[in-house]
Amino acid sequence: MTDLTIRGKVAVAGVGESVYYKRAQSPEPEFKLVLRAILAACEDAGIDPSRIDGFCSYSNDRNLPARLANALGLPELRFSNMQWGSGGGGAAAAIGNASAAIVSGSAECVVAFRGLAQGQFGRFGAGPKRATISGQGAYTVPYGVMSPAQTYAMRSTRLFHDHGVDPSTLKAVSLAAYHHAQSNPRAVMQGRPLTSEGYDESRWIVEPFRLYDVCLENDGAAAVIVMAADAAKDVTDTPVYPLAIQQGGGHRSGASVHNQTDYTTSSFKTVVPHLYRQAEVGPEDVDVVQSYENFTGGVVMSLIEHGLCSYENANEMLTFENLIAPTGSMPLNTSGGNLAECYMHGLGLQIEAIRQIRGDSSNPVEGANVSLANAGPMVEVVSTAIFGSEEALG
Amino acid sequence: MSGYLNPGLPAPVAARDGLDTAYWEGTRRHELWVQKCDDCGTHQWGPEWMCHNCRSFEVGWAQVAAEGVIYSWERPHHPVHPALAGQGPYLVVLVELPHADNLRMVGNLLGDPLQEVQIGAAVEVVYEDHPADPDRGISEPYTLVQWQVV
Repeated sequence: MTDLTIRGKVAVAGVGESVYYKRAQSPEPEFKLVLRAILAACEDAGIDPSRIDGFCSYSNDRNLPARLANALGLPELRFSNMQWGSGGGGAAAAIGNASAAIVSGSAECVVAFRGLAQGQFGRFGAGPKRATISGQGAYTVPYGVMSPAQTYAMRSTRLFHDHGVDPSTLKAVSLAAYHHAQSNPRAVMQGRPLTSEGYDESRWIVEPFRLYDVCLENDGAAAVIVMAADAAKDVTDTPVYPLAIQQGGGHRSGASVHNQTDYTTSSFKTVVPHLYRQAEVGPEDVDVVQSYENFTGGVVMSLIEHGLCSYENANEMLTFENLIAPTGSMPLNTSGGNLAECYMHGLGLQIEAIRQIRGDSSNPVEGANVSLANAGPMVEVVSTAIFGSEEALG
Repeated sequence: MSGYLNPGLPAPVAARDGLDTAYWEGTRRHELWVQKCDDCGTHQWGPEWMCHNCRSFEVGWAQVAAEGVIYSWERPHHPVHPALAGQGPYLVVLVELPHADNLRMVGNLLGDPLQEVQIGAAVEVVYEDHPADPDRGISEPYTLVQWQVV
């Protein structure tokens, strides 16, 4: 059974992004941004776009594979895959699904991508404007619980209560992201540093989340090209190996009206054991971490559930000094992530994890061989990827 | 009575497939009804067509005591809907019903929106009636289930 993994069989050949814009600032439509990201990834991989024969995305992305294949003039389309729902929880899963397509022989060069133009299509953070509502929303929206921040804040309240985790951990996550964004030319928050006082004085969005605990909303697109390991090595000097990519959720993680069996969770508890087993590494081997920030409270839960710190030592571990590259003991969100690079629905965090292995991050962790990037904390279905260097494959 | 929140938020209506009609009809009678499996007796919320415990399709309804304890809470400040623009901070509580298999419900905590909230505090339901408002496209009256500290 151990052979039934992606470990060593596939590699990321290239990554690419459109320009990242502030929300509604993109001069181009979403579909065009996706094409730009795919072409940038092809250039990075050193391949002609005509080699692409598959597409994977998530969160019900609007840019359909058939239209992309048509626009790119692809000779054939062999694989199309959508990871349903759960917001950004599918960012790692899309790369995992691309990897699975390669390993199964369904396709040879698959792009995992995501496009978002919130000016063109509307915001995640705005409530519904219609007169009536039915279904799950009927139990929350009339009580003023309608944005993602309002949906997930109560999990952090309960985290503090159950485990004595201090809100200072949320602040540390936010400050580290903004710190890293200052040296990242792609980051929309480059040139907008955040101080400790700036965080403390920022307005509440929904207690216990302040403005800087909440992800941005942006326009942009990103793409990751996955090929068989041998094929990737033929085209690039810097293949990066997904050691494992696992998606999932625990018992009733999709229950409505906040009735998940385990409420105070980032939804990673069942995912992580599969992940480390397939990757053949443990949390002690992880050199650098990208942890999806919808909200900083979810990051804290995720780090604990990935075994990178514990409920008991989270307050000591999760400090600004520990979380920054290159000096911290657990460099976190080294591109600025969803808080300060771009809210690329988490695919930017996956790309940053890949860049850390290649050594071309704007905040490199020297000698990083194992790099972890998770996606979507607290949503119904989450996912995590562990990337490794050739050396990590052993 | 006037509502805890400003008027203008979407009004709840029963799902067209009939899944939660019993709940919304109950609230208008000022009664709290939730799903309860006819086969194994498990309470279930939110509603679903199958019992998550025994996979029976025979999921009925039971009236439960309109009381619980605060399981978690949040205080929204930033308005994400035009109706909330002048609202200011308000309180949302997640209430656990220990007498109904610890199912949880979301509502507002009535009273001072800046009050200190204690997880574990006992709370009881206050039914908040809203009239129909055909001008806004709301054809039926409805009742929200709000909470206050006992």
